[in-house]
Amino acid sequence: MKKFWLIALVALCALAPVFASGASEESQIVSTDGSTSMESVIGSLAEAYMMEHPEVTVTYNPTGSGSGITAVSEGRCDIGLASRALKDDEIAGGLTQTILALDGIAIIVNNENPVNDLTLEQIAAIYTGEISNWSEVGGNDGPIVLIGREAGSGTRDGFESITGTEDLCQYRQELTSTGDVITTVSTNANAIGYASLSAVSDSVKVVTVNGVAPSEATVLDGSYLVQRPFVLATRSTEALSDAAQAFFDYITSPDANEIIAGAGAVPVAE
Amino acid sequence: MNAKKAKEDVIHFIFLILGLIAVGSVLVITIYLIISGLPAIREIGLVDFLFGKRWASTAAEPEYGILPFILTSIYGTAGAIIIGVPIGFFASVYLAKMAPKKVCQVMELCIGVLSGIPSVVYGLVGMLILVPGIMNMFNVPDGASLLAAIIVLAIMILPSVIKVSLSSLQAVPREYEEASLALGATTTETYFKVTVPAAKSGIFTAIVLGIGRAIGEAMAVMMVAGNVANMPGLFQSVRFLTTAVASEMSYSSGLQRQALFSIALVLFFFIMLINATLMLIKKRSQSI
Repeated sequence: MKKFWLIALVALCALAPVFASGASEESQIVSTDGSTSMESVIGSLAEAYMMEHPEVTVTYNPTGSGSGITAVSEGRCDIGLASRALKDDEIAGGLTQTILALDGIAIIVNNENPVNDLTLEQIAAIYTGEISNWSEVGGNDGPIVLIGREAGSGTRDGFESITGTEDLCQYRQELTSTGDVITTVSTNANAIGYASLSAVSDSVKVVTVNGVAPSEATVLDGSYLVQRPFVLATRSTEALSDAAQAFFDYITSPDANEIIAGAGAVPVAE
Repeated sequence: MNAKKAKEDVIHFIFLILGLIAVGSVLVITIYLIISGLPAIREIGLVDFLFGKRWASTAAEPEYGILPFILTSIYGTAGAIIIGVPIGFFASVYLAKMAPKKVCQVMELCIGVLSGIPSVVYGLVGMLILVPGIMNMFNVPDGASLLAAIIVLAIMILPSVIKVSLSSLQAVPREYEEASLALGATTTETYFKVTVPAAKSGIFTAIVLGIGRAIGEAMAVMMVAGNVANMPGLFQSVRFLTTAVASEMSYSSGLQRQALFSIALVLFFFIMLINATLMLIKKRSQSI
């Protein structure tokens, strides 16, 4: 019997700090929820902010744009993250959108592929299957292998709406992450894919669209056409908590521009 | 005396509660799946849902036919069994009866490691080696296909097939073999005509476990199969029941999400069928 009490006591001691720390931090949590494409941007912003304000914890739940918007409208998080503009019915449902940054979607091909430039029309024709051989767009003779993202992905939604290919894409592979798309394109000489500009590495080649290479400048002035906004969604009727408001002000201020750019997106604050 | 009995009762009660946690989890999952899976089936229609050939969940006019997923899961599992079971079976006969002790120890260790490798690692290796390999070997535009998934699954089911059939082969009484040898049979004849038939039910169990593992695998398959909702073909990019749920769940909403639960319900039904088969085999082997 003594043993039992001893074990109980040890267990209690072990659990005590868990409850204690939970209680003291509760008031200082800023929760964000949404787009997986915004992971690197919001991650580096949160890290920088928490460095300056150690009493605040910024959480990020990578669920996807749609889930993030639902979460913020149901009050399950402070700030919802969406990698697309909010729809009219979402704004009518009581949400306010603030554009945090712009993101270019890079069109990527294998490093061995000689094609350097595609027009937006060619990209659309390639993805709908009208153009199925690289020789038709100035490349080597070989079937074009279309790599894309799964239904519901913010990147896919962004890409398809910009190129006007909704529901028409003849994908060969639908992958569930940007990293998978890049890896697959890098291992298949005939593959083409799309990925967030911030995530692209030199294991694949980025093609220019209508002669414009994606970069911070070309995304911001709108000359690079394949781009989308990163949006912060907040509840219109209800003020943010003090901690959340301070974080919101920080990330939308020009001070954060450098961090946003460092994470590969294009800041818009002036 | 009374205090002692009370203590016994308390302990029994605690154990009962702990046991009920497992039972409760199964019940909760079953009920939750049925409740959340049925509405979409009712809205889409059972026949359209199960036998519809086109899945386009986010299209302007969405269609929710999961026949491609069902067939892919069946073909993929069958393929994995056809490749994996003979390898696993002969490996376990070798390990149980013919292998020198040292070899046996090393091989069993390797099989243990194989079963411990996380499925995402199988997927990654498949994605980087198997998929480009299939592309070059068969000269197809892209290697992510049903074939790649079958090969990955065949390797993944090996450990459970080998382990279960191994222990059933080892459990065959030595006297059976000695009798056969004494009558003049060679060792190989003895193993395949006496030992293996005696271990039959264990080997069937191993195969059924392999089927269960293969049909329920999501992660590794998602990385090598291409995930497009095509009707299955060996070099086609295909989507399994598991990957259909996993790949769209994170961004889904509305009827799409409900339909994903319905797919999970269909998958659950398959798994139940496999478990029932397993129980039937066990029961029959006991009655013999």
